[in-house]
Amino acid sequence: MQNTLVRESENDRILEGERELIAEILAGNHERYYELIAPIERRVYYTAYAILRTEADAEEVSQEAILKAFRGLRTFRGEAKFSSWLLSIVGNEARMRLRRRREVSLELLKSSDNEGEYTPIELAEWREIPVEALAQKELAARLEEALAALPEIYREVLILRDIDELSIAETSAALEITVPAVKTRLLRARLMVRDYFVSRSWARHTGLRKAQP
Amino acid sequence: MITLSCEEVRREISNYLDDDMSPRMRRLLEVHLEQCRKCAVLLDSTHNVLVLLADEHRFELPAGFSLRMRHMLAKEFEKAKS
Repeated sequence: MQNTLVRESENDRILEGERELIAEILAGNHERYYELIAPIERRVYYTAYAILRTEADAEEVSQEAILKAFRGLRTFRGEAKFSSWLLSIVGNEARMRLRRRREVSLELLKSSDNEGEYTPIELAEWREIPVEALAQKELAARLEEALAALPEIYREVLILRDIDELSIAETSAALEITVPAVKTRLLRARLMVRDYFVSRSWARHTGLRKAQP
Repeated sequence: MITLSCEEVRREISNYLDDDMSPRMRRLLEVHLEQCRKCAVLLDSTHNVLVLLADEHRFELPAGFSLRMRHMLAKEFEKAKS
């Protein structure tokens, strides 16, 4: 309870600071927009990257979104954090570009959204995964494979939350899905990435695949 | 005392890692984890894979990213002034 109160008042202070900064920018002190962007540019870039998966596109979309936010700053309500607002713009722009790039409709992406119960692989011990036996490079490759093997909707949520360390609320804003949907996908994504990692590491290490039940 | 099934624990694993649950649920879960090796290993291994993943991806921004962004904005500010 105490913690929640502290966090809330901290949040209020951040919002207050942002409001003042935004008022100044709108009054014509444009250079101060850098101050608003600087603390979140990494998260902006990686939100775009999580969705687009190429550096060049992610950078372009980041720039477009940052520009769009500047031009639309007057419409920002200031009820939420500026970062959440900007991240939702980035998420939007990135998804639009992805749609154009792949000519896949959002509906199609969403319809592959099978979020039922997921049963993870059983292990007797974490030690069964030969992590120590994997060279650093191999470990990185294994992780990359596991990440790439995830269906898009799960990869996005996992990158935003567990690699970019966005909060649940920010992830929800960036992907324009509800908080419960973020949590459902995150559970599935985390269990799946673990399973891919576990089964592949195993297979490489022992030359055997785990028997399917 | 009410106990959780393995399936219920599995559903809460992600929330547990995010510390996003009531203290009561947390207690129930921890009681289960103490007694159930299978779920404890599932939690451990999921946690460990996520830690490895985050470590591997201590991404840096592409070189020159901030600079290019500032250039782009500087042009925009020029336009906004005129």
